[in-house]
Amino acid sequence: MKEYNILTSRFGRSDGHKLAVYEQEGGYQALRRVLGQGDPAAVRETVKEAGLRGRGGAGFPTGVKWGFVPQGAEEVYFFVNADESEPGTFKDRLLLDYDPHQTLEGTIISCFAVQAKLAFIYIRGEFGWLIDRVQAAVDEAYAAGYLGKNILGSGFDLEVIVHKGAGAYICGEETGLINSVEGRKGQPSIKPPFPAVAGFLGKPTIVNNVESVASVPWIINNGPQAYRAVGTEKSPGTKLFSVSGPVKKPGVYEIPLGLPFREFFNDWLGGMVEGEQLKAVIVGGSSVPVLPAAEVMNVNLDYESLQQAGTMLGSGGMIVIPESCDMVELIQVLMHFYYDESCGQCTPCREGTGWLHRIVKKLRRGEGTAEDLDLLAYVCNGMAGLTICPLADAAVMPMRSFLGKFRPEFEALIRETAVAGPQTRWPRGEQE
Amino acid sequence: MPMNKPVSADQNPQPSAAVAAQIDALVARYPNPASALMPSIWAIMDELGFVSPAGVDLLTQKLEVTRARVQEVLTFYTMFRSEPQAQYVLQVCHNISCHIMGARTLIAHLEKRLGIRLGETTPDGKFALEGVECLGACGMGPCLQLGKHLYEHLTCDRVDELLESLRRGEVPRADTERELEA
Repeated sequence: MKEYNILTSRFGRSDGHKLAVYEQEGGYQALRRVLGQGDPAAVRETVKEAGLRGRGGAGFPTGVKWGFVPQGAEEVYFFVNADESEPGTFKDRLLLDYDPHQTLEGTIISCFAVQAKLAFIYIRGEFGWLIDRVQAAVDEAYAAGYLGKNILGSGFDLEVIVHKGAGAYICGEETGLINSVEGRKGQPSIKPPFPAVAGFLGKPTIVNNVESVASVPWIINNGPQAYRAVGTEKSPGTKLFSVSGPVKKPGVYEIPLGLPFREFFNDWLGGMVEGEQLKAVIVGGSSVPVLPAAEVMNVNLDYESLQQAGTMLGSGGMIVIPESCDMVELIQVLMHFYYDESCGQCTPCREGTGWLHRIVKKLRRGEGTAEDLDLLAYVCNGMAGLTICPLADAAVMPMRSFLGKFRPEFEALIRETAVAGPQTRWPRGEQE
Repeated sequence: MPMNKPVSADQNPQPSAAVAAQIDALVARYPNPASALMPSIWAIMDELGFVSPAGVDLLTQKLEVTRARVQEVLTFYTMFRSEPQAQYVLQVCHNISCHIMGARTLIAHLEKRLGIRLGETTPDGKFALEGVECLGACGMGPCLQLGKHLYEHLTCDRVDELLESLRRGEVPRADTERELEA
């Protein structure tokens, strides 16, 4: 079990968030180098060569995304997506908490690469304490001349605004996030045009996840080949996995992409806590298909392997489910979430998430029939791929996979309640 | 949106001149006035705890946006509130990871201790109990948000300690405050 610290070298430290410490450990050297060379195209090329893939969930190559900004565009905006809201995900929180300057340096370099003069760091509203920390880092960077006019004498100007969200999962979707900063409801826009062409205020806009941006300084300092030396050919580098559930050591881990799950689970997480047994794992945040224990034990943790196994790497928000958990209960929790967070714009999602939630609730109330399981599948078919943004798919993927992989539990519930009759299944305060 | 009993006689406080100045500064900083809407709402929220009708008026004047636009943003985002809030709004995460780690037990316990159901406010306006979606503390669940901080790894005993402190008017050091100092 080898330790990797491309992203996590200052995790768990009490002083890693301070500018002086960051500088002492080589911080802002990458920015100096990039500004000294003064070639934005070379930065884009380096990140493309490194093969860094967007860490927010979609896995789209970051350098390629940057390349979509029209050449010679006068007004370009850059957004750091710190609206970390995918259930099971809490990696960006630690990146910003323990090492805000790393993300900030990455932001400045990224802005230089796409020639953006204004960047927003969009932090979810629930991270109240974190907003203060990031703002403090931004203030330090201004004072030290890393932000503002004529950064380090290079002639490059950049302003950074820390923008506080206000509790909307959908704002993690890049067009929803852009609309939110425009002072609107965070409802996604149809693509194309892609934000890189027409985004914030109709201007070219790049939206990158915190972890993607935080990886940039290391790539500049060490070169794309060194980054590619970690991970697999198609999934280079390290990835943060945030692990929750009854494992011995939950938390955020930086692992080389391609690490076998079995090794990660046994050696890094220490397996399950005493008295619990592994039932299933949602490997990449609540929106990706669940894998039963027997299947997950044979996968490797990289984009391609997980896709082959019928799921996705997503945000790396790994939710470990013990045998003691009722899968119908868990899917009710998730369907409540997607129903709650659907922005209401597209009919298949607005109505579909409500249908899924109500049908699952009906099963749990003990009023379900076998036809309801077919109805769940039918509603899913009317949602997947039919909406502006992927929220409908994000609800359908767990619903279908829970139903597909754990159908006997749904059927057993229907059988039992047919005999025993309706009953309340949560302690109290049933979610509505 | 939970039903909150009014806790203040004044349902329509005017944001202070300081907040108005803060909004002016935000408008100057953001690329256009409308884009300063969310931070301007936060400025009012931070002072009043909610956005009063007078606050809405101020926003329409300063940001050159319609009342409808302000209302749609106010009602879209769950953290923005248009009514006075309880003194302590206890927001328990009830999403999947916290659920697996026992959030429902915690909610049931809080309901019993406070004598209210999820989504309600105590008659004295002191406590509100809300279920919220993922707070981004999944590995530290179950967790609860109070103001801008999180209490993590919660048990019924820890919740009792928290309630006792709050009843005395003391807000105990949160886990996220500790994380900042760690």
